[in-house]
Amino acid sequence: MLAKRIIPCLDVKNGRNVRGVKFSADRDAGDPVELARRYDEEGADELVFYDITASAERRDIVADLVRQVSEQVFIPFTVGGGVRTFEDICTIIEGGAEKASINSAAVRSPELITRGAGRFGTQAIVGSIDAVRRGESSGKPEWEVMIDGGRTATGRNALAWALELVDRGAGELVLNSIDADGTREGYDIELNRAVADLVDVPIVASGGSGGPEHMYQVLHEGKASAALAASIFHYRHYSIPEVKAYLASRGVCVRPRVRVDL
Amino acid sequence: MIVIVDCGMGNLRSVQKGFERVGHAAAITDRPEDVNRAGRVVLPGVGAFGDAMVNLKAAGLIEPLRDSIASGRPFLGICVGLQLLFTESNEMGRHRGFGVLPGSVRRFPVGVRVPQIGWNQIRIQRQTPLLAGIPDRSFFYFVHSYYADPEVDTDRVATTDYALDYTSIAGRGAAYGIQFHPEKSQELGLRILKNFAERVC
Repeated sequence: MLAKRIIPCLDVKNGRNVRGVKFSADRDAGDPVELARRYDEEGADELVFYDITASAERRDIVADLVRQVSEQVFIPFTVGGGVRTFEDICTIIEGGAEKASINSAAVRSPELITRGAGRFGTQAIVGSIDAVRRGESSGKPEWEVMIDGGRTATGRNALAWALELVDRGAGELVLNSIDADGTREGYDIELNRAVADLVDVPIVASGGSGGPEHMYQVLHEGKASAALAASIFHYRHYSIPEVKAYLASRGVCVRPRVRVDL
Repeated sequence: MIVIVDCGMGNLRSVQKGFERVGHAAAITDRPEDVNRAGRVVLPGVGAFGDAMVNLKAAGLIEPLRDSIASGRPFLGICVGLQLLFTESNEMGRHRGFGVLPGSVRRFPVGVRVPQIGWNQIRIQRQTPLLAGIPDRSFFYFVHSYYADPEVDTDRVATTDYALDYTSIAGRGAAYGIQFHPEKSQELGLRILKNFAERVC
């Protein structure tokens, strides 16, 4: 049976972790590769690196990070953040990441999705949607697509945009609820369910996780294939084994961490 | 010497790093003479079946790969590399494969999420040196929309359940194909790479 995925997200700027992380004294708290290794060791199913570097050296910094992670961590990982051009996608995938996650740039130039999927396959291209609730229409909630980290409204309906992303070749969608993000009060279940019912590709739920129960809700009622979380893992409110043990106790298929001799 | 064949599609470094992690150097190449000389051949692949065949043909690699397999040298196809072993695929038109294993490559049926992305379990159908030390029902990382359907039952080494029971490891003699990504499946996957390098013969 296909397991539901638990995905820690690492926020990275200039090649360093942005969030503070409590490490034991002998570890480098700012090194994303070190944190990736810890999550790998704990049994994370994938990793997402969200890069917010703004400098001109951005692509080199990202290339270096991808290279280091792919040399040391043998689980899949995605790079998102400032993916703007086809060359950005090439840097990420050819460096050893499984997927490039594209958000604002897809709204501005949707052909980026088509071109990336044409070159590397749909499985390599993630369509990332930042959505905000905008009232209801005939009893059903509606969401608007936001870009530029939630600063710019696009006027687009999130469900219509999800369909277009998949039509253009996105092999997976990340749904980040701007309303829920940072609240730790739970994912937007209705958003995830509405999109999961609409498209055939897997959905990754993002934004709002306060713990294992929220993850259960979005994986079960929200029909998401994966739950992404940042702060609950960064600040060690919960460990990945705790989350998986809870999910397993509620009947969700999760991957156990297995050790074998090498 | 292990040779990783570059068919111009995607990321080979992860596979190379995986072999290095278990103590084996592996060279990436797109030259037929390197395949002819190689003791062990690995063919990773992502993207479309037809594109992979076109690229391999343009590089003059199809005959050397077929010859290498026919001579009994260990071969490991990964993802699309497994699918290429079969007779044909209907991914975006109809394309012929290597024809080493009789069977065809098909899309998952309507009603499941495609691509299949994530960790799924294998059920071992027959023991092989490739799976030494790998427990039945182990999880591996899969990313694919098409699956191979062998005509010969003994070519099914392991199966996986996703809407249907399909072949996730195929093999005959020293030639194997695995649908999942061992280089992204943590220690269990690395153990398979190690087995290929040390036990398959």
